Amino acid sequence: MSDIEKKMNEEYKWGFETNIEMEEFPKGLNEDIVRLISQKNNEPEWLLDYRLKSYRLWLTMKHPNWQYCDVPEIDFQDLYYYAKPKSNIKPASLDELDPELLKTFEKLGIPLQEQKRITGVAVDVVFDSVSLGTTWKKDLEKVGVIFSSISEAIVSHPELVKKYLGTVVPAADNFYAALNSAVFTDGSFVYIPKGVTCPMDLSTYFRINAKETGQFERTLIIAEEGSFVNYLEGCTAPQRDENQLHAAIVELIALDNAEIKYSTVQNWYAGDKNGIGGIYNFVTKRGICEGINSKISWTQVEAGSAITWKYPSCILKGDNSEGAFYSVALTNNKMKADTGTKMIHIGKNTKSTIISKGISAEESEGVYRGEVKIMPSAHNARNYSQCDSMLIGDRCQANTFPYIDVKNSTATVEHEASTSKISADQMFYLQSRGIDPEKAISLIVNGFCKDVFKTLPLEFSVEAVKLIEMKLENSVG
Amino acid sequence: MLEVKKVHAKVAEGIEILKGINFSVKPGEVHAIMGPNGSGKSTLSKVIAGHPEYEVTEGSVELSINGTMTNIEDLEASDRAREGIFLGFQYPVEIPGITNINFMHESFNALCEHQGADTMSDDDFRTYVKSKLPILEMSEDFLDRPVNEGFSGGEKKKNEILQMLLLNPRLALLDETDSGLDIDALKTVANGVNKLRNKFNSIVLVTHYQRLLDYIKPDFVHVLHNGQIIKTGDSSLALELEEKGYDWLTGDHK
Repeated sequence: MSDIEKKMNEEYKWGFETNIEMEEFPKGLNEDIVRLISQKNNEPEWLLDYRLKSYRLWLTMKHPNWQYCDVPEIDFQDLYYYAKPKSNIKPASLDELDPELLKTFEKLGIPLQEQKRITGVAVDVVFDSVSLGTTWKKDLEKVGVIFSSISEAIVSHPELVKKYLGTVVPAADNFYAALNSAVFTDGSFVYIPKGVTCPMDLSTYFRINAKETGQFERTLIIAEEGSFVNYLEGCTAPQRDENQLHAAIVELIALDNAEIKYSTVQNWYAGDKNGIGGIYNFVTKRGICEGINSKISWTQVEAGSAITWKYPSCILKGDNSEGAFYSVALTNNKMKADTGTKMIHIGKNTKSTIISKGISAEESEGVYRGEVKIMPSAHNARNYSQCDSMLIGDRCQANTFPYIDVKNSTATVEHEASTSKISADQMFYLQSRGIDPEKAISLIVNGFCKDVFKTLPLEFSVEAVKLIEMKLENSVG
Repeated sequence: MLEVKKVHAKVAEGIEILKGINFSVKPGEVHAIMGPNGSGKSTLSKVIAGHPEYEVTEGSVELSINGTMTNIEDLEASDRAREGIFLGFQYPVEIPGITNINFMHESFNALCEHQGADTMSDDDFRTYVKSKLPILEMSEDFLDRPVNEGFSGGEKKKNEILQMLLLNPRLALLDETDSGLDIDALKTVANGVNKLRNKFNSIVLVTHYQRLLDYIKPDFVHVLHNGQIIKTGDSSLALELEEKGYDWLTGDHK
């Protein structure tokens, strides 16, 4: 028993806080704050204009209310929109970062110092509103790959940012897209030049630390003709009683014959077992397969946040282009996750695959919401969707809302769905073979999620399995 | 090996099913528990294996652990399995997404770890499993299919006995292992069970019919009726039951 109690107390082991002096803008949002953010980043005029336009647009928009779960009203004037560690005056090397920050990331399993770095993966670390730096940058530059914070890219490669920013997710797309376009502070920028296979995986680690601060990150990935990149994203936040807002935009652009693989393990603090605290994770992620034969795949393991509201999508514009969405969304306690994807088929012979696995435990709610749209131009488009839900216990909920809109009669669209429950008989069967209850649940759940986990890079998939096991540790009824 | 003392048990918050069961099993012995439907046979095997839905309200189940008879009421099902109890199910459950061999490997390694033996690598384990397949006339493709999914009734039962042979339990409880088997499969399964038989291992067969006992000769036969053992004898008792039916003992004349 004491073991389980111990585990319950360390349920969210990333919940610690970093005590560091922060520089914050005053609370609340107005045009001056937008100007200040732009000024802090030394942004060109056009970007300030973009921000201000977005801000004015946002003022005219209403908070959406179509989602399945209730979102408590958010007071947008009661948030900080910019917070950064005071000590961080862009050190020349990550080794010179504030030792408190180095310690923080070391604790999160991401050593930043030169000699301790993880080989084979370049990491950009974002702490509250700013990027602290990027590892392996110089090595990547040798092959022409640009991997930096977006604030840096705005200054060093303004032409690329200007050409693509907001082209996949325009500010007018939705309420939070407009808000993000006005106040985004940092995020990652990736540019893979023509014909280059990125020599290592690229990864961004997002950490929310400051109190009452919204994190508005912006990520832009451009894969030129014939290039390939594998991008990974991880996120954690301290354990706090108040809710915090995370409203990101991620845009992916794949040109002719290019391929982008984007994987996320989202483990923001989810609130306690009574539903107090946790992150509101309202994210717009979308990629466009602009060129012929291009490919974009989204893999996500959503295991955190009090409320998740997220639909990584693909616009399949280029002929023969392919989009994929592989998702495991796990909710426990009182978490709510409304997540899924949109696959918009425009080009000929475009193909999309959707595999969604929802696991709900305790009093949580999981929703799959997806749309498959075949436009009149999309001859011979194909889609395959599979949405499975697994319930643990009898107080949770799973819902599936698939929308299918076919405007071309040559299309093939398949949809399969299932709902299952871990039965007491399955549990007893495994236990009678010497497998303990926690391992038994994890075997069943991992079996259920296998099709998604196998699309993750190896280390990420090991991490995902561990994360799911840990989250479910106390859900055994 | 096993000592069942005055055990009363019920389904949590339900009616009492076992009403004072007494019997003991020594190493190397084979016992058969027979009885009409609803007599409590399956409950008895689940109670010994530690099914969480059953509650022992009186009496005790003791197992020899490291040479000492120990009350196992506080041991969960998984711990009992690690101490050498194996339950062969009447209706083995399907578990999608986990391959049979992966499941058996997890189980095997869990037992090895507990018993302080070396765990096996994937390759070694597969070789080990393959060595047991011919006994049950099973083909290798069963190993890579999800646990029991789409298996016929007979295949499920063979799969149970395969697991038993892999885990080499000190005490095997086999619940209606013969039900739903044709005569050839029955012989194969019985042959598998006999492979476990030696002077260290004990076997408890729970069965409605005598026919399994033609192939696995028990040392003792217990007749269970209405939650109690009403008669104990040697293997000839089973033949007598076959001939006269249960009414002869239970006094239920129709």
